[in-house]
Amino acid sequence: MERRGAPVTAYTKIDDKKIRIKSSIYEPDFVIVMDQSLIKAVNVVAGLKDGGKVLVNTTKPPGELGFEPDITIYAVDATGIAINNRLGSKAAPIVNSAILGGFVKMSGIVSLDSLIESVKKNVPVKQEENAQAARDAYEGVV
Amino acid sequence: MVKMVISGNSASAYGSKLARAEVIAAYPITPQTSIIEKIASLVANGEFETQFVKVESEHSAMAACISASLTGARTYTASSSHGLLLMHEMLIWASGARTPVVMSNINRANGPPWSVWADQHDTMAQRDTGWMQIYCESNQEVLDSILMAYKVGESRDIMLPSMIIEDAFILSHTVEPVDMPDQSAVDDFLPAYDPEMKLDVDDPHGFGSLVMPEWYMEFRYKIAEAMDKTRDKLRDVQKDFESRFGRSYGGLMEFYECEDAEAVLVISGSVASTAKEVVDRMRSAGKKVGLARLRYFRPFPVDEVRWLAKNVNCIGIVDRSYCFGHGGPMAAEIYGALMPVADKPIVKNFIAGLGGRDLTPEVLERLYENMLAIRSGGVDMEIEWVDVKDGRGG
Amino acid sequence: MSKFKRDYKKHQDLPLMPITFVSSEENQTGFWKTFKPVLEKEKCIKCAICWKFCPEPAIDIGDDDYPTFRMEHCKGCGICANECPKDAIQMVMEEE
Repeated sequence: MERRGAPVTAYTKIDDKKIRIKSSIYEPDFVIVMDQSLIKAVNVVAGLKDGGKVLVNTTKPPGELGFEPDITIYAVDATGIAINNRLGSKAAPIVNSAILGGFVKMSGIVSLDSLIESVKKNVPVKQEENAQAARDAYEGVV
Repeated sequence: MVKMVISGNSASAYGSKLARAEVIAAYPITPQTSIIEKIASLVANGEFETQFVKVESEHSAMAACISASLTGARTYTASSSHGLLLMHEMLIWASGARTPVVMSNINRANGPPWSVWADQHDTMAQRDTGWMQIYCESNQEVLDSILMAYKVGESRDIMLPSMIIEDAFILSHTVEPVDMPDQSAVDDFLPAYDPEMKLDVDDPHGFGSLVMPEWYMEFRYKIAEAMDKTRDKLRDVQKDFESRFGRSYGGLMEFYECEDAEAVLVISGSVASTAKEVVDRMRSAGKKVGLARLRYFRPFPVDEVRWLAKNVNCIGIVDRSYCFGHGGPMAAEIYGALMPVADKPIVKNFIAGLGGRDLTPEVLERLYENMLAIRSGGVDMEIEWVDVKDGRGG
Repeated sequence: MSKFKRDYKKHQDLPLMPITFVSSEENQTGFWKTFKPVLEKEKCIKCAICWKFCPEPAIDIGDDDYPTFRMEHCKGCGICANECPKDAIQMVMEEE
């Protein structure tokens, strides 16, 4: 927001009940890596739960990302999908909707239809393009 | 009413909009920036009709708010950390001029060492400025507290400014579900600002002039008296708010599982939310612990602290800042309030979470266990710096 | 007529904050001074710097662009004399 470009860690907690714990997450169920260059900069799988899953925005197949073989890795070319759907510019594509599509596929936490509905309702511009990016990523995860 | 999933900073911006703030003057600082970005975009989109003044510093922001308030306008600003420190002179001016300005402050550590993360040193250092201080636990409380602060502060028998305080990033940048009340319901609750005294071209006076020693104390006494009255006033306003909007926050100090508690921690800000979860977990394991959430630091909840001391004989105070020289600010105030209590409880001061050091359920559980242990074994140390590497209690 | 009282006996009588009842035009401060400014017209270049710096409404610029001093407001601070780039204002002891 104030300063773009530095590596940032953010947390999301999902529950049906009110979430009262306001501290950070140290043992995630899922990790999303928004850019594959971060894999070298940060230990992105630190604390990952047994059976936890990792989604990486990359053009490489999961096996070529250099993780230990016991970690379940999903790969999606969210950047390519964002560019194809004209989200952001080629230099600074906006990958959020695509990543969400990939995450929903990986986690199964909500349905794709629910995600699409939410994207259309909450994204301020290019609702159809964002929905399509989510759909493309959902189908494109490997 | 609509439910929105928004950050504490967004809740602050919407709070100022729902309150129909007429003049907003602010200067950006991390992590407050997104409040004024949000307000600027609401103004640019034509959703919020207000006079948005860009200024060259926080000192000027507060000066502009005070001046606008003196003309009878409802005013709002927001700052954080070094920005708040630069405002200090004008904060004192605002209460002295009896202008009920409302500001959001994002609790951020003071440098050096440079830090943008949660810490209460910035607001605790404004203790004596004559502002009410409300430490929030959730984004909903941020929004609701702004609406209530105008109502309390603008009462003709009060006329004092308020600071609504949120933890850096933990509230300011974290999105949570927030019930957004209808504008018409807010308008009914909070009518337009109508001060008894304001700048008037038909009856010109200079406001805030020189006073000789024979009357200075009387003016300060009036501020003291008004601040003391805020305790009852804010309880009434909270009751009114609850009857209209169905939400309440527990007055000056919220007690959670304190009635039969063997040990209680006093905590303010968002950490109190985590502590409630810890209390539930420990209670289900048979450990009688409770939480006293300090919501108001000014006015100070003197009666509430004394009630607590009569019910619980082991109280730990978790300060997220430190007064160099001796102890945390909340502990110092609580110890002072305990003076007239006959059977004093066992007390201990924890200094924890400075500069954004995470306060996890595990850390808080350890503090509770420590309190339960010293309840029978005696106080191990008066002031413990929690988890300082090789420090006292580290 | 102001709605504010001017006579205070107790703190309840006071307004919320201290206020002035007259403008600085009416609030005459000239009786404080020990030294008064005197203009040497031949040195004056009509720059009006003295008028800009005077902290009270004590200097007027006349139709001829020369400064004149309003002694009922002048506190005798000497800022005008100090600021004058031509040394055209002298501070002299005021006579009884």
